Amino acid sequence: MNGSRSAALTVAWRFASLASFRTEGFPTIPVIILGVLIFLAVFANVLAPHDPEVGNLGERFRPPFWQQGGSEKFPLGTDHLGRDVLSRLIFGARVSIVVGFTAVIFAGVLGTGLGILSGFLGGWVDQIIMRVTDAWLALPALTFAIFLAAVIGPSAMNIVIILGLVYWTRYARVIRGEVLSLKERDFVRLAIVAGCSKRTIMKRHILPNVLNSAIVLGTLMLGVVVVTEAALSFLGVGVPPPQPAWGLMLADGKKGLMAGYWWLTVLPCGCIVLMVLSANLLGDWLRVKLDPQLRQL
Amino acid sequence: MKRYILKRLGYAAISLILLSLTIFLFVRLTGDPTVLLVEPGASQADIEAIRHQFGLDQPLWVQYGHFVSSLVRGDLGHSFYYRTPVLELYLSRLPSSLLLATAAMAFSLLIGIPTGIMAAVRVNRWWDSAGKVFALLGLSVPSFAVGLLMILFFSVYLGWLPSSGSGSVAHVIMPAFALGWYFAAAHMRLTRSSMLDVLGSEYVKLARLKGLPEALVIAKHAFKNALIPVLTLAGINLVIMVNVAVVVETVFAWPGIGRLLYEGVSFRDFPVVQATVILNGAMVVIVSLLVDILYAVIDPRIRFTR
Amino acid sequence: MSDAPLLELRGLSTHYVSARGTRVVRAVDEVSLSLAPGSTLGIVGESGSGKSTLALTILRLLPPAARITAGEIRFEGENLLEKSDREMRHVRGKRIAMILQDPMASLNPLFTIGDQVAEPLRVHEGASRRGAWSRAKDLLKAVRISAPESRVREYPHQMSGGMRQRIVGAIAISCSPRLLIADEPTTSLDLTIQAQYLNLLRDLQRQHQLALIFITHNLGIVAKMCDQVAVMYAGRVVEWGPVTRIFDAPAHPYTRALLGSIPRMGDGRKRLTAIEGQPPDLVAPPSGCAFHPRCPEAMTQCREEAPPETVLGPSHTARCWLNVPAAVK
Repeated sequence: MNGSRSAALTVAWRFASLASFRTEGFPTIPVIILGVLIFLAVFANVLAPHDPEVGNLGERFRPPFWQQGGSEKFPLGTDHLGRDVLSRLIFGARVSIVVGFTAVIFAGVLGTGLGILSGFLGGWVDQIIMRVTDAWLALPALTFAIFLAAVIGPSAMNIVIILGLVYWTRYARVIRGEVLSLKERDFVRLAIVAGCSKRTIMKRHILPNVLNSAIVLGTLMLGVVVVTEAALSFLGVGVPPPQPAWGLMLADGKKGLMAGYWWLTVLPCGCIVLMVLSANLLGDWLRVKLDPQLRQL
Repeated sequence: MKRYILKRLGYAAISLILLSLTIFLFVRLTGDPTVLLVEPGASQADIEAIRHQFGLDQPLWVQYGHFVSSLVRGDLGHSFYYRTPVLELYLSRLPSSLLLATAAMAFSLLIGIPTGIMAAVRVNRWWDSAGKVFALLGLSVPSFAVGLLMILFFSVYLGWLPSSGSGSVAHVIMPAFALGWYFAAAHMRLTRSSMLDVLGSEYVKLARLKGLPEALVIAKHAFKNALIPVLTLAGINLVIMVNVAVVVETVFAWPGIGRLLYEGVSFRDFPVVQATVILNGAMVVIVSLLVDILYAVIDPRIRFTR
Repeated sequence: MSDAPLLELRGLSTHYVSARGTRVVRAVDEVSLSLAPGSTLGIVGESGSGKSTLALTILRLLPPAARITAGEIRFEGENLLEKSDREMRHVRGKRIAMILQDPMASLNPLFTIGDQVAEPLRVHEGASRRGAWSRAKDLLKAVRISAPESRVREYPHQMSGGMRQRIVGAIAISCSPRLLIADEPTTSLDLTIQAQYLNLLRDLQRQHQLALIFITHNLGIVAKMCDQVAVMYAGRVVEWGPVTRIFDAPAHPYTRALLGSIPRMGDGRKRLTAIEGQPPDLVAPPSGCAFHPRCPEAMTQCREEAPPETVLGPSHTARCWLNVPAAVK
């Protein structure tokens, strides 16, 4: 039997089982991918061969270097303004990583905080927060985000705020549920009986215990946030040009699609998919590792 | 059952109120509302007129009152670009979006439910792993990526399908697939886990103890019970589809309300944006309510309790 | 009444094997019993002793991780282990029936009572829908459910716990089986209902010449209902025999401990005798006789070697070194 064929099959099978939901396996490839993306994001200035925002109109629509018409100067081709695709992808990674992580953390802090307050304090605080959460959850994230972007105005900073405002509700619901069941646990009751102030209890007893869920939720949300940011950029209400964002590259790339300039679409798509896929796999692994009761997420 | 329905109605009403309040507050409180409510390029006189019309110098709660009363009357503003009442515009585009969403939903259920069942019934074999990979891809590859790649492949390279517009079956195929893709994976996942739960239940055990053929156990006892959560989700997902179709409709130039929202944003036609968001949100709330009521009617456990 | 036993188990063993084949749990270990037609056998033991697994083994409805590794199950002369899946299907519900502990969970919430009672009739006897439906009403009457005509159209959640358990009973006897296995059928019922239900089972048994296997941890029920009793511990039958003999003079220390732990009126004791220690971990059971760590009469041999089955009388066996005359002290 063909040695290389069986080797290829083994590699494929290995990758598939790594990429599957096997719980004993640490998701090495996703973590590596995310690590690479973070690395690119941090060192974009050094790693990118060209300035992502400045283009040379004489070099427009160059295909990647392995195709005819391409050159090694622009390894992954150029776009409609002559800008180097590779550099734009690298800087786009910075945008996705920064926006993604910041938004997730912002939403997480807001949502966890409100969730704890809501679950622990109960009463009208709970009612208000819950009603708002329900109402905001009813509005689909993308629609809400578009609305907010139209109202507040798009910029990288605003996008983070918008995404945070849209997604905190997901955290709040889950965390509140956890807090409700934590409240019944003995160590919390003891603290209440011992006269600890509500703030102390929330900080020292409740918060550490919901942190696990918050982290798992955060990793799962990362993929969602990145997709939403890309969608917003694609529609023109995300990160504003000429800053490079993968979604924006897709919007630009669409113009060249019918002409066959495939790299302007396929490459940014690939980056988005890689990042989201890795975040999801990591999140799934974390979920099983940290708290099997979060199956419903 | 009545109490259940009344309670749901109450929650829906509160959600609608909060929704309108949220939108209202965001517009009024973030900077100068006239920037949004006035057509770009309007004169100072126009701006004053708008300010008066919306009562922007009056206290907030009065403004909110006007806001709600115009909503109830069906006056959702005029589009700057199209020069028609937005509600009219919205309603004229809604059927297209519903058509797309229905096609996408049909696709997602036709693929999702059977694969989910098969994955559950033959756990730990090749089918289960394949199903898991499919689910993973479905949930991780965004709809616009699928759409764009499909255009590249089927329109540009193969030339089989048209890349934009609507009007024939060929036009629907790609957008429906791109839109339904994510939901197919979600439905598959839910069907699988729901089916697994049901297969482990006592009544399925008893059905087997009765000596019923396995096919009957699955088709009759397991299937119907497993389907309940899936169909509930599907009902809500239909409306969600209409909403997230913004991107797919933009990619394929499909003339639905998603595209309308995109146009509103691109042309800085704020009344369109505001109205679309309100109507979409209201749609989700109302459909959720209807699904809850339908659920109550179907599930005998709820139907026959007080 | 014929002499041939209705059901005979010989050296039956069921093991659970973990996914990687590393851990083996001997849920049922070399069990031998026999049951005469129309008689009642009680199986008692702590949770985890293997009682339910034994029942599922007889019906061959084990989860995929379990495997029947040894032994024979002879039912009406046939070896059930040699039957194909399809043949077993014809045995289940028709010749051997089983009722489970939680009646609410056993009934499908989405189908009517009538539908669920009629189902085995339609599947096993090819009854028509109308015919099966009317027989379902008769069955509900037989289990003493009032107003069967209206009940038949109702749903499980509209019934009380006692009624549901009767319905499960009706389903079980619908095709006139020869053997009924009841896995803790009264545990989830109110005390007042329990007695009624047991009487019902007794009457059904007499009317239909039904043999009954009663799985329970309640020795009182065994005393009331059963002709024979098998005491299980860590997957093995440590004592088996007629109820009267065993209750009078138990031959195994575990049986003695179980009987001693029941409070009785007129008992002079001030404290109940509890059984020391914990139930055994079936993944790593104690060496030799599994009961030796908790046995007040344990000897050195008990730790080293598992005792064989000793015959103490007609249909009376026990597994204990105390019964073996040549045991080393």
